[in-house]
Amino acid sequence: MSGRSAAQTSDSEKPVPILSGSAGYFNFVTAGQNQVDAQINPVLLLPLGDRWLVEGRMECEGAFQRPDGGGSYGGEVSKNLDYLEADYIANPHLTVTLGRFLTPFGIFNERLYPIWIRSLQQDPLILPLSAESNDGMMLRGGFPANARATFNYAAYVSAISTVHNNLQSNRDVGGRVALFFSGPRIEVGASFQKLLQDTRTNSFGFHFAWLSTRLPLNVHSEYARSNQGSGYWVDGAYRLSQLHFWQKVMRHTELAGRAEQFFLGSISSDEAQAVGLQGANTREGEFGLNYYLHDGLKLVSSYGRQFSSGGNLNLWTVGITYRFLFPLGRVGQSMSAQGMSPQSMGGQGMGEQGLPAQGGVSQ
Amino acid sequence: MTKSSSPRRSALAILICMFALSAVVFAGDPPRPAEPSAKKEAANAPAVVHSFDADAMRLQGEQRFRANCGRCHAAPQKFPPRMMATVLRHMRVRATITDQDMRLVLFYMSQ
Repeated sequence: MSGRSAAQTSDSEKPVPILSGSAGYFNFVTAGQNQVDAQINPVLLLPLGDRWLVEGRMECEGAFQRPDGGGSYGGEVSKNLDYLEADYIANPHLTVTLGRFLTPFGIFNERLYPIWIRSLQQDPLILPLSAESNDGMMLRGGFPANARATFNYAAYVSAISTVHNNLQSNRDVGGRVALFFSGPRIEVGASFQKLLQDTRTNSFGFHFAWLSTRLPLNVHSEYARSNQGSGYWVDGAYRLSQLHFWQKVMRHTELAGRAEQFFLGSISSDEAQAVGLQGANTREGEFGLNYYLHDGLKLVSSYGRQFSSGGNLNLWTVGITYRFLFPLGRVGQSMSAQGMSPQSMGGQGMGEQGLPAQGGVSQ
Repeated sequence: MTKSSSPRRSALAILICMFALSAVVFAGDPPRPAEPSAKKEAANAPAVVHSFDADAMRLQGEQRFRANCGRCHAAPQKFPPRMMATVLRHMRVRATITDQDMRLVLFYMSQ
């Protein structure tokens, strides 16, 4: 413990409530139509005792555009409760979650959805194939499978909810299992969802994630299939920190790209569009350029081209995202006050491979 | 009849499995008497420190930190330890980080 007593460490590690979240402003230009999008997504983390965590996330988004034929910008401000859950850490391998939670199907919805995390701001085409939130109970956890891999799982049951449009939930069951290989930093997994109402259909999917150990590169991919359709996406983000010129700029710059395809299933075009899917088979390629101004503050831009039997179109995005994080209580002695500044820890305030540090809470 | 009963049987089977799983793990690790979280964490920390070299643990913690956090986003900065404890509790649930990884990361982040 390098000179510090265990008591000192544990006193300083007592968790404190946190208000975190992200805010963003974007201009989405789709087929020449500009949409101004502003959003703030607060996240509350409330640890209780040794084993409990109550957490929730709101999504407040205003999307405004000019009506056809011109005029002033107008639109709606939507408010959604993405999740509000109580987590009970039963033991090292199991956490019990009750309440409204993010559906553990694939990796995008649970892990990559927050605007400060995603490298491209457009949602993948297949995202609406599974529910985004469910109301019910979930069991999840992880444990080492062997010296090289860890296994993680999530299984849930959800009740139907029609209480409010933004709190709706389907009656379904599902889950996800995955293996993470720590050597090559590869995760592979599979997801399943069974709808227990209406059409009683099944959905399943696979995911892949790779974080290179040699390059500042990460790759994510998902495949999903249901009666509504099927498809996949593959995206990658590469930091230019290894370039030997303009290093002050390049180390803050990120290139991103995504390729994806969607195939309409056994539902009509109108039904597909009603649930947020494309109304026809669609291919899309997108390239992005992001710049990290400092921790948590990122400029984003991207260009995409969509090919569909319904018509081809261009997708432009420019914007800015900000991730905030505040303690809601006394945090005690700061690391810098203890002589533990990031610089003294060898990090120099930077993340891996000389990248600017960012992050904190995957919301 | 078969169409409606089959999903119900599936749901029932999954529910039974979930509760059986929870029963097994709860039985394997019964709740301990209430004690301050700081004491519990302190009780774990020295045991680990005595069995491994602190430098090796720090290195392990850094590796787990890179691998677990970097899978979804760039490596987080270091926040004050009390904030890190909350963040890691959240990440343990969200990213299904194993208990061992969480302890190593917290050790690394607290140095």
